[in-house]
Amino acid sequence: MFAELNSILNTSPDSFKPGEFILVSDKHTDASFLIHHFLSFYLRAGCKVCFLGLVQSFSHYSAISQRLGVSLTQAREKGQLVFLEGLKESLGVLLQGEASKGTRAVDFLRDPSSGLRGLYDFVRDNVRGAVGGGEEWGPPVLLVDDLSVVLSLGVSVGAALDFSHYCRATVCSELQGSMVMLVRCEAEEEEESDDEGSERLLRGLIHQCSLTLQVQGLPTGYCRDIHGQVEVCWRGQCDRQQTQKKLFQYKVHDKGASFFARGMSSAVL
Amino acid sequence: MAAPKMSMGKPTADRLPCNTTSFQKKSRSKLVSIPGTRPSIQNGQLIVSTGVTSLDYVIGGGLAVGTLLLIEEDRYDSYSRMLLKYFLAEGVVCGHELYVASALDHPNDILQELPAPILDDIASPKTVEDQAKSCDPESQDAMKIAWRYQHLPKVQTALASSSRFGHYYDVSKTMDTEICQAARCHGFYLPEHSTAVTSPTATRQSPMPETYSSLLNNLQEVIHREGFDGSVPQTKSRNILRIGLHSLGSALWGDDLCCRENPSHGHALTTFLYGLRAMLRSSLSVAVVTVPSHLIQNRALMGNITRLCDTAIALESFRGSERETNPLYKDYHGLLDVRQLPYLNCLVCDLPDNKDLAFKLKRKQFTIERLHLPPDLSETVSRVSRGELTGTAMVGSSGCGSGSTGNRHLDF
Repeated sequence: MFAELNSILNTSPDSFKPGEFILVSDKHTDASFLIHHFLSFYLRAGCKVCFLGLVQSFSHYSAISQRLGVSLTQAREKGQLVFLEGLKESLGVLLQGEASKGTRAVDFLRDPSSGLRGLYDFVRDNVRGAVGGGEEWGPPVLLVDDLSVVLSLGVSVGAALDFSHYCRATVCSELQGSMVMLVRCEAEEEEESDDEGSERLLRGLIHQCSLTLQVQGLPTGYCRDIHGQVEVCWRGQCDRQQTQKKLFQYKVHDKGASFFARGMSSAVL
Repeated sequence: MAAPKMSMGKPTADRLPCNTTSFQKKSRSKLVSIPGTRPSIQNGQLIVSTGVTSLDYVIGGGLAVGTLLLIEEDRYDSYSRMLLKYFLAEGVVCGHELYVASALDHPNDILQELPAPILDDIASPKTVEDQAKSCDPESQDAMKIAWRYQHLPKVQTALASSSRFGHYYDVSKTMDTEICQAARCHGFYLPEHSTAVTSPTATRQSPMPETYSSLLNNLQEVIHREGFDGSVPQTKSRNILRIGLHSLGSALWGDDLCCRENPSHGHALTTFLYGLRAMLRSSLSVAVVTVPSHLIQNRALMGNITRLCDTAIALESFRGSERETNPLYKDYHGLLDVRQLPYLNCLVCDLPDNKDLAFKLKRKQFTIERLHLPPDLSETVSRVSRGELTGTAMVGSSGCGSGSTGNRHLDF
């Protein structure tokens, strides 16, 4: 959990807005540090967290959360955290001999054209169970590390957008929880991006979400002291608040990240 | 207070050996005991060498076990193939098991042309020392005009970490056959496997074509049989499996990535890499994959491929391009671009201070250096011979060039 980012977003684990859909996107850099931030944030807030880790192993997330002061193993044992380890589940499906093994959550690997129905069922069962079970946890939270990887596995953009829409309806609207999704975008602007998978996914998700954090590498090139810039964009709400944008530069440290206005890096001042 | 008194009372002869042992490094002996590996300084991951010391330095110490290195091939696949052979040769020398898959050359042929290790290890570091020594007396005798610079560290263009890890190889010779024979090697030669797999999988709708799925299955079988996945309780000592996959995505693998802009199996290679990643993460293995990226027309696809690998580097050789004759690049054979570095168990990855890198193939050795331009020589100086030019290029990169004046005949 990065305190500076909390003050930028005006939230804290004690008081955060329910029903938010936060989209994190990155381009030419890596925004997974924000996923780690939100994971530790919502675990501290006492929410029931459902994490779909599609690109890394559990030990990776666990090691980083340990540095941020949250133990994933304990949270998992207590039932606060439900962790889907995509890599582990998918291996049995991809290897032909063990086609029967694995949960239904990764059904899309067997037949990509069938969509992400199995994954949604997994999410729904876990977040609904949290509310009905009378447990002590707060509102449910869904975190997805890298939704765009399903595009690489053959799922269509439409199916991925359907998945996020269903999740939003269930988690954000029905159960008043929150949702954080990471998508990665590799497209270059100058090329025609009409048939571009990840670009279309990003545009569709920006349309759905309430807050976007768009992380980019510096437009002027690589720098050791500034790792990139993040554009925070609040969507206009019903109380006639305008869409608000702010741009920060950031640097990731060993145990956190610092955010500063453009040109205000401590390295150049 | 009690502790110093106790130690004061003891005779000093007793304490000395105690002191030497008290600073032992805390280490998990079970993991470290594998030869050819060491824990990373940064995140404690077990790493192995790529076989090229300067490449290890560039990617943050070495390849972490359980990760995947993507090499984007240069146009003629000469240098990327060499890096693959370095990687395999390092495995042979360290006693690791090998797994080689190729669709073009038979794995045994690849293994036969591995570079020979320089096992006495003195030749290469000594040249650096010599160079440093030759500079030393000169700097002592030199006038102290540039006294402000004398505390600056010597600029070394060749990249190397302070402690040695990995071996040096002589690319002009091939490895002895006895050493090669001693290594346990598993080969996957696609033409031998392609007939066997067509019938059972034809009915099943799979995102991967049969070539990739048979490779994945074969790999899993080897990992499971040899006990690299740790699921089987082991009696013998643990070892590392080095996996080298040559030219994935080329047409020989039954993939049309390189032929069309919208390939029909557009997700085949990415799905395979996802499965490979899952397999590597759960076993004691490390993989190097080369991909002919210059043939892949869809850039977004290449981005997805890179994202599914952990470390990604791209080689761009000057051979056949106009840069070969450009005087700016006369010291190098190509450019090396670090596309991606892995984030493993920590928020930050090991960021390099400089991303402009070039590689060159010396007579015996492949090295990666920081790219720097040769000094801008005016008309009068441009007549000196080429040998002196490279000499100035080596030392003069510090920006002031004061150290290089010593071996010229005329200073003015």
